[in-house]
Amino acid sequence: MENNSNSSLKVMKEKDIRKVASTQKVAKVFGQILVYTFLGIMALIVLFPFYFMIISSLKSLEEYRLAVPTLIPQSWKFQNYTDILIPFEMAEANGWVGTLVSPEAATNDFDLFTLFRNTMFVGIVSTILSLVITVLSAFAFARLNFKGKNALFAALLGTMMIPGELFTITNYATVMTKGGWFPTFFNGLGNMFGLFGPDFRIPFVDSSFAALIVPFLVSVFYIYLLRQNFLQIPNELYLAAKVDGTSDIKYLCKVMIPLALPTIISITILKMMGAWNSYMWPRLVANDDAHRLITNGLRNAFNDVSGNTDYPRQMAAVALVSLPLFLVFIFFRKYIMKGVSRSGIKG
Amino acid sequence: MKVELQNLTKIFPSRNKKSGGEVTAVNDFTFTIPDGMLVGLLGPSGCGKSTTLYMISGLQKPSSGKIFFGDEDVTELSPENRGVGLVFQNYALYPHLTVKQNIMFPLQNLRGTDKLSKQEMQERALEAAKLVQIDELMDRKPSELSGGQQQRVAIARALVKMPRVLLLDEPLSNLDARLRLQTREEIRRIQKETGITTVFVTHDQEEAMSISDMIVVMKLGVLQQIGKPQDIYDDPTNLFVAKFLGTPPINVFNGKVENGTLYIGNDAVLEVGGVDDQPVWVGIRPEGFTPDDNGALVCKLNNVEVMGRDVSVVSTHEASANPIVRSIVNADNKIDVTAENIKYSLKPHKVFIFNKETEERIYFEVK
Ligand SMILES: Nc1ncnc2c1ncn2[C@@H]1O[C@H](COP(=O)(O)OP(=O)(O)OP(=O)(O)O)[C@@H](O)[C@H]1O
Ligand SMILES: [Mg+2]
Repeated sequence: MENNSNSSLKVMKEKDIRKVASTQKVAKVFGQILVYTFLGIMALIVLFPFYFMIISSLKSLEEYRLAVPTLIPQSWKFQNYTDILIPFEMAEANGWVGTLVSPEAATNDFDLFTLFRNTMFVGIVSTILSLVITVLSAFAFARLNFKGKNALFAALLGTMMIPGELFTITNYATVMTKGGWFPTFFNGLGNMFGLFGPDFRIPFVDSSFAALIVPFLVSVFYIYLLRQNFLQIPNELYLAAKVDGTSDIKYLCKVMIPLALPTIISITILKMMGAWNSYMWPRLVANDDAHRLITNGLRNAFNDVSGNTDYPRQMAAVALVSLPLFLVFIFFRKYIMKGVSRSGIKG
Repeated sequence: MKVELQNLTKIFPSRNKKSGGEVTAVNDFTFTIPDGMLVGLLGPSGCGKSTTLYMISGLQKPSSGKIFFGDEDVTELSPENRGVGLVFQNYALYPHLTVKQNIMFPLQNLRGTDKLSKQEMQERALEAAKLVQIDELMDRKPSELSGGQQQRVAIARALVKMPRVLLLDEPLSNLDARLRLQTREEIRRIQKETGITTVFVTHDQEEAMSISDMIVVMKLGVLQQIGKPQDIYDDPTNLFVAKFLGTPPINVFNGKVENGTLYIGNDAVLEVGGVDDQPVWVGIRPEGFTPDDNGALVCKLNNVEVMGRDVSVVSTHEASANPIVRSIVNADNKIDVTAENIKYSLKPHKVFIFNKETEERIYFEVK
């Protein structure tokens, strides 16, 4: 009797379990369908501008201006790209005009090479200098003991409360005031303060490039990020290194930096991307032909006398300019994700 | 290398200046470690063992006192110039370096005439690795090693510079019981092979007793007793040392001395000569009890735990300072488990009496 009821209970249980399991399965599959549908739609929404950029860049201006935009170009106009990539003089010399390069390219005012060079210069120099500053200050705040360390760090963090736009005005005043210390110093540095005669110039060293680089060298947030990372390294490693006679700087290079490398790479990439994408500040302080950066170059070019913009060619330029970032993203996806999720708190 | 500490004191200033309360981590420490010895620095948590070790290594400056290596005063010397090897409690291996790079790390800082070529560094590293038997793990990262292996890497890294003094800060505390036994034998062997003067910090008295040539017992920054493990066990200078050493621990009773007789409760257990009448603490080692029907000490029998050759008798006594009285007696003594009481006679050299106030040892003559 008891055995019987026991076994029937067991069967019931098994049945129940199977039932529950199958409901679970259905719910899981259903849930996954929902999730993937959602993700698919979001991906479409995110990707559509890129798609539109690419197809627009391959249309002719007439097609682009159609009231109902085409989703696939009727005729593929690769000249939009070659016009930018191949200098017009070179095309003329080789007789490519009319085939590889369109005749309108004669009026091309988008100097890809100069813009690219300027942006690379500013990006690389500001990234390197800023990394050095970030690593050294993070090291000092994490490892060294000096008077007022905590107060200084709190003050630094406090500056994060001030919105960046406020700095823009004061920074602008600092770097642009004629005869102010900033232009005087950096222009002076450019010709080594007249040491080698008044006409001596070091390329790329002048107040405009300095204005693009110097105000953003110190990033409190990155210092904070790296300091937190450094603090997680156990104190014993430092003591062990000290017993072995390792100097602070050697310990920094051989132990702390390798251990914090993921963060440092994230910072590098984010800094590079920031330099590549910056728009407002460069427009304010360096909007002349010699110093213009790529974002402003894109904005300024491709306008004819009547103020009409040649959008397909502008889109082609945008696509070309986005390519390096796209490649960086492909190769360093892991680090960018980490960096972005870390800096997420900052927005 | 002989290591000598003279009146070594370390005072940590308090964080909060108003409330005072500075910590004296090490207080007027004087002792000498003979050349080539393995010394166990033993004491409860927070008694200043690590601080002593850090001062010997030079990582912390003593507040006062002097440290000598041989005849050389190294008190003002920075760590790298002292030639010490230090193994930390948590090993402190560089996680991003391989075992080989970890072991070679100290060699890369050698300067001037000591500077080694890459080739020599590799040879030295391999030599050290062989000594601790990890030469087959040279290309692994620390995260790919077991606790015991990591520990041996840490020792190899400390040894590779051929230090004059090797300092180990609770190197076994992260290991499981079996590995701990094995590793402490290993440390013993390595120390004997190299003959390097070694200080070994631990709070585990068994560990200290089993591998040390000499034990230093500390309490709250104050040195309590120095000696060979057996001597300290047989002849503790105060109640703290008596209680700290030995497993199972010593049994402590409230007692008194009257007219040359030692009483535990009302039991007159021993004739003690040369002791004034006074209340005392009585410490009796577990092996100091002999079941004896004519014995003077009468305890209430709880139970008997069989351990093979010996049995452990658990009983109670109203004068005992601990909840139970545990004795270890030979299994040949047939003990009537059903009896209510058990009577013991005591082995006089296993009985220590201590001043009730100062807890210092009171020596007596056995009659
Ligand atoms: N940097 C410091 N500042 C203030 N007090 C300290 C400092 N380092 C240690 N102390 C104090 O000094 C005393 C001794 O510390 P120490 O680390 O030497 O103990 P220990 O014997 O090694 O203990 P454990 O067995 O737990 O490692 C402790 O009371 C501790 O709180
Ligand atoms: Mg300690």
